[in-house]
Amino acid sequence: MKRRDILYSIVGLVIVWQITAMLVNRPILPAPLSVFIVFIQELGNGLVTHFLFSLWRVSAGMLLSVLVAAPVGLAIGGSKQLDRIFSPIIYLLYPIPKVVFVPVVLLFLGIGDVAKITLIFLILFFQIVVLVRDQAAGLPPQLIQSLQSLGAGRRALFRFIYLPASLPAILTALRQSIGTAVAVLYITELFATKYGLGYYIYYNGSTLFNYPAMYAGVIAMSLLGLGMYYAVDWAERRLCKWKFSS
Amino acid sequence: MINIHSLTFGYPHTTPILQDFNWQVERGETWAILGSSGCGKTTLLYLLAGLRLPTKGVIEIDGERLARPRPRSGLILQDYGLLPWATVRENARLGLQVREFYGEDGRHTPKNFQPENNSEYWLNKLGLNEVAEKYPAQISGGQRQRTAIARTLALSPDLLLMDEPFSSLDAITREDLQNLTLSLCKEQKLTLVIVTHAIEEAIALGSKILLLDSSPRIFENPHAGEVNHRNSQEYRELCDLLWKEMRHETA
Repeated sequence: MKRRDILYSIVGLVIVWQITAMLVNRPILPAPLSVFIVFIQELGNGLVTHFLFSLWRVSAGMLLSVLVAAPVGLAIGGSKQLDRIFSPIIYLLYPIPKVVFVPVVLLFLGIGDVAKITLIFLILFFQIVVLVRDQAAGLPPQLIQSLQSLGAGRRALFRFIYLPASLPAILTALRQSIGTAVAVLYITELFATKYGLGYYIYYNGSTLFNYPAMYAGVIAMSLLGLGMYYAVDWAERRLCKWKFSS
Repeated sequence: MINIHSLTFGYPHTTPILQDFNWQVERGETWAILGSSGCGKTTLLYLLAGLRLPTKGVIEIDGERLARPRPRSGLILQDYGLLPWATVRENARLGLQVREFYGEDGRHTPKNFQPENNSEYWLNKLGLNEVAEKYPAQISGGQRQRTAIARTLALSPDLLLMDEPFSSLDAITREDLQNLTLSLCKEQKLTLVIVTHAIEEAIALGSKILLLDSSPRIFENPHAGEVNHRNSQEYRELCDLLWKEMRHETA
């Protein structure tokens, strides 16, 4: 993604927004300029704090899911026996919309950040497990045999083959999950918190009817997602240099 | 050096690929295993590498029964087996890294293993210095195969096992690498077992040729590797003979 492309996209979206706002001509859809002014004002009025709370929750959920799901995916992908046992369980649980677990998670984990992070973790976990498992299981046997012939046992295979081979899959899973994670973040921040972009958007839109501030929150959430996409792209360029070497 | 006695190998619920097979290889010999597709030549190489275990019978290398990959055997595969995410230098160091990872455990790494960066020597000797920081996808097939050879030789093997290593290369590169392999075997006093389906390659490399089919036979080829051997009458006659033998078997 080039910066110039992002700029063109923003200009295009602002034009469509401006035209739609002029056509609708109601307070519920303010013009982009008035929202932008409120966005700047709100930065010094708590929006940054809300942004940082959301960033912490979504980052913690993503990090936790990588730390748990990547080894699970590697183990299942690297062992036919484990694959036979666990893949059916994953296929049963993966399609369930995890948002339905919101009441259950709140009940068991309370109303703090742990419940919010757990929900994000639940959603990302399955995506990462499936992608990493497929990557590990699809490795060419010659690659594995070649390393075995150099003396590698199971531990060395994981260190030198399965782990580096799965990094692109982990990053792809993260990239695919950012949109969902931010969407779920919004839902989790509707409950029992006074901090976070989800709370900020809902409070300004549904309680205060301050629509420019509500849209400022939406912009902040969009920037949160964009920043995370950039972070994953950056990590991929650093960790998977070979993919960019042609 | 290699002693195979009454070897039988087959995958579950299938006819054995190798049955009651016997074979001896002396230290320093260069052998080519020749045969049509499905005759079991690659399987035999994997058995020698310790990546498969016999259903029946015994494989001994240097008097020790083979039960797992042997630290002093080097295996080079058809598609080179290089890690796509590692540079040429990192790939050449891979075997050494695996040994350092385990330490001198006597199982994955020899007890008397001295960590020594031989890979730089071999990168230099095989003309890979210029591409050392490139990834396998960025270099030619010949350079990839040289990298695989460097990686194997960095572990100071005494037995080199090669599975159709040059089959995807152009004729010039193939001949260069065949000559390089023979000179390295001579220089490092390696025993070579190379699997191929190409008669010309078997005659160019193997001072002895094992034709693997329903009744395995051995052909002597004492002038393999000598200058102008490829243009000699003996070379052509052996080509014709092996061609007829293989056609006869296929028919």
